[in-house]
Amino acid sequence: MPPIEAFEPDRFELFEPPFYRFEITRRQAIGTLAAGWLVTAWVADAQDQPSGERVEARIHLGDDGIFTVFSGKVEEGQGPRTELAMAAAEELGVPLERVRVVLCDTSRTPDDGITAGSRTTPGTVPAVRRAAAAARGWLSREKRLIENPRLREPGEWTILGKGRWRTDAREIVTGAHRFPSDIALEGMLYGCVLRPPAYGARLESVDVEAGKKAGAAAAVRDGDFAGCAARTSYEARRALEAMAATARWSGGQKHSHTNLFEHLRATAKEKVPPLGGRTHSAEYRTAYIQHAPMEPRAAVAEWKDGRLTVWTGTSNPFSVRAELARAFGLRAEEVRVIVPDFGGGFGGKHTGEAALEAARLAKEAGRPVKVRWTREEEFRWAYFRPAALIDAEAVLEGGRIRAWQFTNYNSGAAGLQTPYAIPDRREKYVPADPPLRQGSYRTLAATANHFAREAFMDELAAAAGADPLDFRLAHLENDRIRAVLLAACEKFGWRERRRQKRAAHRGIGLACGTEKNSVVAACVEVEVDPKAKAVRLVEIVEAFECGAILNPWNTRSQVEGCILMGLGAALREEILFDNGRVLNARFSQYRVPRFRDLPDRLEVILLDRKDLPSAGAGETPIVAVAPAMANAIFDATGARPRSLPLRW
Amino acid sequence: MAVFRFTVNGEPREVDTFPDRPLLEVLREDLNLTGTKFGCGEGQCRACTVLMDGAPALSCITPVRAAAGRRITTIEGLARGGELHPVQRAFAEEGAMQCGYCTPGMVLRTVALLERTPSPTRAQILEALQGSLCRCCGYPRIVAAVEFAARLRRSGSAASGEVLHAAD
Ligand code: FES
Ligand code: FES
Repeated sequence: MPPIEAFEPDRFELFEPPFYRFEITRRQAIGTLAAGWLVTAWVADAQDQPSGERVEARIHLGDDGIFTVFSGKVEEGQGPRTELAMAAAEELGVPLERVRVVLCDTSRTPDDGITAGSRTTPGTVPAVRRAAAAARGWLSREKRLIENPRLREPGEWTILGKGRWRTDAREIVTGAHRFPSDIALEGMLYGCVLRPPAYGARLESVDVEAGKKAGAAAAVRDGDFAGCAARTSYEARRALEAMAATARWSGGQKHSHTNLFEHLRATAKEKVPPLGGRTHSAEYRTAYIQHAPMEPRAAVAEWKDGRLTVWTGTSNPFSVRAELARAFGLRAEEVRVIVPDFGGGFGGKHTGEAALEAARLAKEAGRPVKVRWTREEEFRWAYFRPAALIDAEAVLEGGRIRAWQFTNYNSGAAGLQTPYAIPDRREKYVPADPPLRQGSYRTLAATANHFAREAFMDELAAAAGADPLDFRLAHLENDRIRAVLLAACEKFGWRERRRQKRAAHRGIGLACGTEKNSVVAACVEVEVDPKAKAVRLVEIVEAFECGAILNPWNTRSQVEGCILMGLGAALREEILFDNGRVLNARFSQYRVPRFRDLPDRLEVILLDRKDLPSAGAGETPIVAVAPAMANAIFDATGARPRSLPLRW
Repeated sequence: MAVFRFTVNGEPREVDTFPDRPLLEVLREDLNLTGTKFGCGEGQCRACTVLMDGAPALSCITPVRAAAGRRITTIEGLARGGELHPVQRAFAEEGAMQCGYCTPGMVLRTVALLERTPSPTRAQILEALQGSLCRCCGYPRIVAAVEFAARLRRSGSAASGEVLHAAD
């Protein structure tokens, strides 16, 4: 069995920095002004947790007998706060209640790298367990750290492996928890930022005095940045409107979603020649979509004696600290970034826009400033999940795939490689010129690549006259994928249901895949409305395996969330833009999943592999739902949807 | 500017402010009650739900003048003497939150639903909460929490240690 690419850091993480550099520190600015939409493959260097780190930096025993665990990871709903507490309590041999977790504060916690790529479970949890196992010695008679402690085996676990909900659920349900947008400081002002009329437009002039006259306590223009701050958000908005009325802009992009895919093909950095011979081929497209976390970007910034402290919701706090230091000509030690548990990210909060904006306004105002993006700003100016154009080609021989060519234009390399055993494989990610600001998303490009691959596998199965399940099994040597696929099919009743006649307008489909060292498979039933060409998910059974499960309740909840978030991208989510401007920047025009999108049956099967290292669970389960639905639509209609959102 | 009086969580409050200001911002910025959340500011996500005279209202599109003389309950006002409201307890014990940002709005919607419909069917729950967005898509657990809350409410007391929920 070929190993699933083990332990791969986030080398496909896309990183696009915020788009202005301040004049006040122009001498320090590095040359990345907002001329184009720069995309760089960002290699995280702090992913691998140092095993030789000082235990004292990681864990602390208070006089009250409470252990405090420090981690630079952040909580955005994926569950690290509880998971790290469980990991520490397990190795310390104390009840969970005796462990407290302090998450990212760059002045207090170790740099655990970006919170992304499902890396907390395989990276940070072992680091915390090692430290806790050593610190267990503090409870012994010798009161000394244990050197080279042995970690408890899954078979010995009493806390890990058992279900727990968020340890801070009480603060959440009472409204006591302060999210970044809830932080309030003495004398704080509320800030607003002037936005361009289109991507890439440059600010020619603006009258900041107009803002002050309209009630702003501070107003500033600095390069392409302009904004104001006032005693209340209401007054800040009014002042910003007054400033906006005086602003003159130039340039700006002209791109439109209507020619998006032609544009990506035309600007591809490389032309990939087709496979020779008698091939099957198909082109797949996925739209730009927005993460749209319920809490928009927010930050509070405070300057004191030339030092800057920022509270903000970001998954990449140490990098945001570096952004801030660079923007204001400070040393990293002069900037402190604190990340209160925040309201969702899904890969969309890897940058520090609001932090930079709040800090710039606070510098001007000489008082703390809060900036909280509006929903419209979040839709327009946050980075997007990249659109993908994917060419898939294959040669079939005797019912088997002999050759396979798969090219992803623009969206990325995550999940690019097929897990199927094929003698001749050519897989490639070809960058293009992206018309919108793009970046990471839950599982990065693996959503697009799985959609195309699994939909194409279904087309090939049909061409070979085989059942979709048999066709996959014939090409699958990976035991872990086989196991989830068979588990989902058995629970769903795949074989019987394939033999039975489907009800009118109903169809069934399946898909499977692997990413970030976990595996997933889903079987679905859909109902189509042939006139409206609309589809409803009626039923889904999804099986997921991520090694030894640390917290089964949270794992299940993450899988459910992934399924439904993936359903949104399958059904409706799509950013429309024209003349460099997003057209549907509100929830009424960009429909995310709602309660009534819940299928009649949603069943999650967790395979717990105690013999395998634990992998993260907050991403991979998203990849299977869209292709399974595409395949079910074919089963119902005979037509092949080849785009996300699903259209046929 | 004008003075507006209303009660918030049982306490009389008075604010001197612009009549058009959204109630949401008055609660959060003037009264330091940040449990009520901003999700969209235009009536499309219900994160900002409060109860006005017992009925759910969207505080982001309610001007403060419309709150004058009304009885407002925010998420901070649900627990009594440190004891969680049954709906809060149900959300906590059913794990009906991932990031938890939508939770205050969901909890208050549920309180209002159960006042009207003490034993809602699944369809009634979906209907009542349809406009409430959870981007973490924790909908299955939220539905479970609403069902659990209804059972807790019917059983009258929230006796601790009682295991009614179906987690795991
Ligand atoms: S914030 Fe009020 S409905 Fe979204
Ligand atoms: S729990 Fe995150 S938005 Fe609902």
